[in-house]
Amino acid sequence: MTSITEKRAPRTHHDKRKTRGTIQRREHLTGWLFVGPFGVVFLAFLIAPLGYALYLSLFQKKLIGGTSFVLFDNYVKAFTDPSFLSGAWFVIRFALVAIPVQIGVALAMALILDAVTSLFTRFSRLMIFLPYAIPTVIGAVMWGFLYSKSFGPLTDVFGFFGATAPDFLSNNLIFYGLLNIVTWQWAGYYMIILYAALQGIDPTLYEAARMDGAGRWQVARRIKIPLIAPALILILVFSLIGTLQFFNEPQILRYLAAGTIGSDFTPNMYAYQQAFGLANFNYGSAISFALGGVVFICVYAFLFFTRKRRSFL
Amino acid sequence: MKTTRTLATVAMLAAATGLVACSSDDGGSDASNCTNTITKQDLPVVTMWAWYPNMQLVVDNFNKANDEVQVCWTNVGQGGDHYDKFQTAISAGTGAPDVVMVEMDRIPTFQIQNALVDISGYGLDAVRANYGDGAWKDVSVGDAVYGVPVDGGPLAMIYRKDIFDKYDITPPTTWAEYEQAAQKVKDAGGPLFGDLGANVPALMMALQIQKGAAPFTYDPAQPESIGVRLNDQASKDVLDYWGGLVRKGLVGTQDQFTPEYISGVINGNYATYISAAWAPGYLTGAGVGQGEDTGTFAVAPLPQWDANNPVQVNWGGSAFSVSSQSKQPELAAKAAYGLYADQESLTDGWTNQIIFPLNLTALNDPEFIDLEVEFFDGQQANKEVYVPAANAYQGVVYSPFGQYYFDAMTKQISEMSAGSITGAQAADRLQDDVTKHATEQGFTVQ
Repeated sequence: MTSITEKRAPRTHHDKRKTRGTIQRREHLTGWLFVGPFGVVFLAFLIAPLGYALYLSLFQKKLIGGTSFVLFDNYVKAFTDPSFLSGAWFVIRFALVAIPVQIGVALAMALILDAVTSLFTRFSRLMIFLPYAIPTVIGAVMWGFLYSKSFGPLTDVFGFFGATAPDFLSNNLIFYGLLNIVTWQWAGYYMIILYAALQGIDPTLYEAARMDGAGRWQVARRIKIPLIAPALILILVFSLIGTLQFFNEPQILRYLAAGTIGSDFTPNMYAYQQAFGLANFNYGSAISFALGGVVFICVYAFLFFTRKRRSFL
Repeated sequence: MKTTRTLATVAMLAAATGLVACSSDDGGSDASNCTNTITKQDLPVVTMWAWYPNMQLVVDNFNKANDEVQVCWTNVGQGGDHYDKFQTAISAGTGAPDVVMVEMDRIPTFQIQNALVDISGYGLDAVRANYGDGAWKDVSVGDAVYGVPVDGGPLAMIYRKDIFDKYDITPPTTWAEYEQAAQKVKDAGGPLFGDLGANVPALMMALQIQKGAAPFTYDPAQPESIGVRLNDQASKDVLDYWGGLVRKGLVGTQDQFTPEYISGVINGNYATYISAAWAPGYLTGAGVGQGEDTGTFAVAPLPQWDANNPVQVNWGGSAFSVSSQSKQPELAAKAAYGLYADQESLTDGWTNQIIFPLNLTALNDPEFIDLEVEFFDGQQANKEVYVPAANAYQGVVYSPFGQYYFDAMTKQISEMSAGSITGAQAADRLQDDVTKHATEQGFTVQ
């Protein structure tokens, strides 16, 4: 407040330049003070660790021979390392399937909740959102038990029809086991974002559409979806980044199925294993940055192809 | 108003900096976070990480009896989690405890990183006679001693008497008989005969060694060269044997030590469990052998490849080592020597089958040898099975990159269990993988 009053007062002074200088300096200082707390945290907990990891990734530490500077050797190794490549290929495949499924489910639910108004809507909205409120770790543990052949309901359900229950923690089905967990966890969250965007649409548009003879389905397809396209793209980017950095769920399920989910199952897990299991912080950092590169390329490509529709960036 | 705001900002910054400072300046693991309660407050304290199920009692016994040093104990996880934390502390150069539990097969891995202290100068002579030569050999590198032996893991075959009776089977003495018995149970519509867990590669290594494999040849005097033989005929044969059992549907492929596996053991889904002498304690702790299952378990010697030339092997077995980050290595060594070495702790350990003791006081104790083990329905398991197996154990050369080797093995066993590769292919891939890693780490592989 003080600065505003001060800003107006000096105009009466004759030595304008000098005063303006002081004020600008003071305003700068105030600005920096506002940015300061965030800036310090940002530098200390994001930029500095990133810089340090980048620095680490340029070295190689051997059990015999010690540490040496190798420039980009670790990156060359990463992009020829079958463990990293198969992990990266897995998350890309997973993203190609999981993202459309999650967003499809979220969009369908959001459209239904937007179109139907009853007491039940609020309850459903909360219930659909609930899985997101459950911590990932607990969600993964819970699903681990639901998939269990001994404790889980699957054996009973399939046994009732005389069939053998599928083992979602086996080599063949782990993809679908994880797909189910991720969709369960995130679809509700995406639904809330889409629902909020739908609520923001001006209702007069619907009225106009109805006057023109549009049915509910046409309203949804021709008006609602195009108008929430920016929100759709936003959650697509969120889920793309999240899926490529897949870590929590497989890492937790590894305690139940270490054979199926190897330590190099996803690139993030591989980086974790290299750094904390094998004490190879250098290579772990390089993998992290290599993964960062993959994420950047994927997101950039996505934004490039959708550039006409986005409005949030 | 402005002043207030500036002050608030400064205060926040100071708080943030303070947080950073707090987390970074205490060297060594924190002594204020003990799981146990230290009653003798005025004595120096050493920190310790270990995961024996009765560790609380062991630490209390030590602290009660000792007037020089007190132990502050934490369980940071069992096996992999524990090693990940210790390894990270080593790499960070700070945060490791004074005393750490290390399985014998991991000692070279940490020794090569100079993470462990040679404790032979800190009163070894006083306790040397308490352990056999073999036990000392497993914790030594040359003349240097890197740990105090606590327990061993002679392998045997735990089996369900009820299942064996029902299908009219006697305990197989050879692996050929093991397969025949498994087939017989399967043909009669019985449960799986055993389990091949991909997450217990150390067990597979032991079974390969039983057939004559020598995975690593490593002389610490020449640390830069190592011999890696993971795909010799014996290694391939053993992997193929287990791969065959899986393919024929005779054994399961469930990861062990998981709730799923334990519940399978309780339900009688597996007729046998090839495991070490410490297994009954872990099974009991997980609720196996109680209620309806009481007295259904028995133990027999490990099946052999050649009944005329039996070979005994080991799985696990741990020691207490002093970490090189310890600022009080002498006190830490005192704790390492003294912990789990008193009569009361040892007796608790072996009566509950948590440890197969290497301390001769316990090992030669007639009560230990003649113990009628409750878990095995009164069978004199030590006398009949475990003590002879332990006495015949020859020792093994372990690798200085144990974690990598075991991870790679887990991956190959898993692929073999899924049916995508044969045992021989698994062995070849493992050899390539580990050789590559060894070369990258600067070793000359022979």
